Amino acid sequence: MKSVLAVLTVVAAIVVLWYGACVPMNIKGVLTEVERAGAEVVPPGAKERRDLSEFALAARNSFAIPATWAQERPRLPAPHQVAAELWDTTVAKKITSKRSLIYHGWVTLSATVLGFAIGTGLGILLAVGIVHSRVMDMSVMPWAIVSQTIPIIALAPMIIVVLYSVGVQGIIPKAVISAYLSFFPVVVGMVKGLRSPDMMQLDLLRTYNATNAQGFWKLRLPASMPYLFASLKIGIAASLVGAIVGELPTGAVAGLGARLLAGSYYGQTVQIWSALFAAAILAACLVGLLGLIERAVLRRMGIAA
Amino acid sequence: MVMVAFAVALWGVGWWVNTRLAEGPNSGSRAVQLAVPLIFGLTVIGVWELLVRGLDVPLVILPAPSTIAVRFSDSIPILWADFVQTILKGALSGYLIGCIAAFLTAIAVDRSDFLRMGLLPVGSFAAALPIVGTAPILVMWFGFDWESKAAVVVVMVFFPMLVNTVAGLREATAMQRDLMETYAASYWQSFFKLRLPAAMPFIFNGLKISTTLSLIGAIVAEFFGSPTVGMGFRISTSVGQLSLDMVWAEIVVAALAGTAFYGMVAMIEKAVTFWHPSQRG
Amino acid sequence: MNTESNTQPVIEARQLDLVFQTNDGPVQALKDVNLTVNKGDFVSFIGPSGCGKTTFLRCVAALETPTGGELSVNGMTPDEARRKRAYGYVFQAAGLYPWRTIAKNIKLPLEIMGYSRDEQESRVRNVLELVDLEGFGEKFPWQLSGGMQQRASIARALAFDADILLMDEPFGALDEIVRDHLNEQLLALWTRTEKTIGFVTHSIPEAVYLSTRIVVMSPRPGRITDIIDSPLPKERPLDIRDTPEFIEVAHRVREGLRAGHSDD
Repeated sequence: MKSVLAVLTVVAAIVVLWYGACVPMNIKGVLTEVERAGAEVVPPGAKERRDLSEFALAARNSFAIPATWAQERPRLPAPHQVAAELWDTTVAKKITSKRSLIYHGWVTLSATVLGFAIGTGLGILLAVGIVHSRVMDMSVMPWAIVSQTIPIIALAPMIIVVLYSVGVQGIIPKAVISAYLSFFPVVVGMVKGLRSPDMMQLDLLRTYNATNAQGFWKLRLPASMPYLFASLKIGIAASLVGAIVGELPTGAVAGLGARLLAGSYYGQTVQIWSALFAAAILAACLVGLLGLIERAVLRRMGIAA
Repeated sequence: MVMVAFAVALWGVGWWVNTRLAEGPNSGSRAVQLAVPLIFGLTVIGVWELLVRGLDVPLVILPAPSTIAVRFSDSIPILWADFVQTILKGALSGYLIGCIAAFLTAIAVDRSDFLRMGLLPVGSFAAALPIVGTAPILVMWFGFDWESKAAVVVVMVFFPMLVNTVAGLREATAMQRDLMETYAASYWQSFFKLRLPAAMPFIFNGLKISTTLSLIGAIVAEFFGSPTVGMGFRISTSVGQLSLDMVWAEIVVAALAGTAFYGMVAMIEKAVTFWHPSQRG
Repeated sequence: MNTESNTQPVIEARQLDLVFQTNDGPVQALKDVNLTVNKGDFVSFIGPSGCGKTTFLRCVAALETPTGGELSVNGMTPDEARRKRAYGYVFQAAGLYPWRTIAKNIKLPLEIMGYSRDEQESRVRNVLELVDLEGFGEKFPWQLSGGMQQRASIARALAFDADILLMDEPFGALDEIVRDHLNEQLLALWTRTEKTIGFVTHSIPEAVYLSTRIVVMSPRPGRITDIIDSPLPKERPLDIRDTPEFIEVAHRVREGLRAGHSDD
């Protein structure tokens, strides 16, 4: 109960700070606008104001402060503007509309989930191979670990273009990026998990004369579950980033990444922020969903408290 | 076709050598542990080269490793300028600012249970978000040059670093804290002598995660606008010109920079947390 | 008991109560505890888990705050005594910092208390010799055996001039052979330093072998059921444990423990 209160306090503090930050961020633009509309501004003339501090300007033109929370294209939109835009583009728009964030979110989500499924599946297979084959372990594992230190997302634009040039477009190229971004974390986490049973537990199975397969299904796989879910959560977040970045280079027309890019081309800051929040909500839902599955699975296995 | 056959043969030989090494009597030795992945890597590059040549794969789909190597050595001045712009200016400065800011925030938060309880869930939540998405906003605020990239990196590394440091500062056991209490140690004495050293493995975990994040942030932010220099800029324009050998050369730079950066942090970690069971080996 | 009768007791508890508020309701950890410990006493606290022996020691160390009654340490409140660094505390586990060498671990309290560098060096040398660890100062804790680590943690508690030593099952995690050896060393150390020692244990032979007084406690609520003054001489070789006097005291302790249990 107390922790909920603490979280709410922190969130409230962030919102207050956000509103506060809107004033200095937007004041110059607002003053130019109101001056053009005929209002008295101290000092007059955008040129005169350019080198003055935002805080001083806000203090001397306090009548203009409310306007900093209601600009059409603010440098920093106020929270309620972003919320209104989110509401407009999700609930108030038809899903089929090109301006519906649900539509754009779905485009990104489908690529993310498809890629995540492929990457995770292949990752688990490779991990099983690594645990059971010493050659694969020694050959592949160092590279899988090194790959974690490399910004492999830099490959994304190239993958999109190469696949486009061989005639593949749409969801597949983005899914490929999502897949390889989730692949390596899953391999590394799953190998760790499959190796997590200690010597005593493995020796116990040897005293039962259990086969390798029995050892895998009855000990290694269940023991790996907590590790698997930890890396799945990292993987899904990486997949989403991959899908979003995959939407940038071709000037894609649909998807959250496309909304970000279009917003930044046309200076539609409110649109950028709402796309950003949509992506954040999507990420939170995906990670949260995995968390729920994790709890259900671990509870059935009797691991979770 | 001969090349393809060669490729298959090379793969077979590489795998056979590795199998012999891995299952041989010396498989535990340091030399073999280094040789096996190296042989694997070289085999992959060899097979790649032979297949690209044998099947006449066009450059716009996949350049051969030799082509990439030639392009790399021909473009060293450009690659160096991009490296300086993206890694040294964008990623590194953002990394330092972000990590230091997160560390100081963690210390401030640590003094208040209420703040910690509130900020930790918010921080872990934020650490899982696609923060690269803030790039267009920050590019709008800080301009096209490296400052906006550094800003993206700051935002990206801040939350993972914060969460790790806060968790680390909680790491000292109740017994160790009681001991400090019996000495009537002050807050800062117990901070510097107990909690900070005990937090080091966590702090370095955050620092290591952040190295990769900082490169990702700096490169991706350039996709949203940059001056005519920088790795992200070069990748996106070279992709547009279909000169994939240049893209691969940049990726080689990114890979080298990423591993070197991570490796340096890991080496400092080894020196600082030599006492931790994971480092004692 | 003769000349020291008019001096102040080192630890004095009067009707001490401590109630913990837990999720399952209040738990009476200590109830009506009365105890006087004089200078130079070696007092053992023995009883089953939950009897409050550790809790009492933590109250003396001001790591817990009693909810009722009076408790004084060296004539002060426990918290004042803690601030005056009146006692050294040895925990169940050695709890040495893995990032410091043995010598630097022993220096830890000295650094905190602001001793000069030379003073630190000489004190470390002294206590290392006292616990028989000369030559191990530059080793890291994880390079030492469990028994050696615990000795180092005792040295750490001895390094500053506290005349009270509080030990909470310090040898509980060690095997019997090491424990015998450390018991012998602890007695020798006590004789040499004339410190007042409060010692929590759940081993009857250990309590009888070490103590001048044995406090028998029992749980639910945590309370003292018997206080036994040991008739054994101050000089105690290991084989004193085979003498009739020793067996007699051990028997009385066992009876006391059993009586505490009977009302379960």
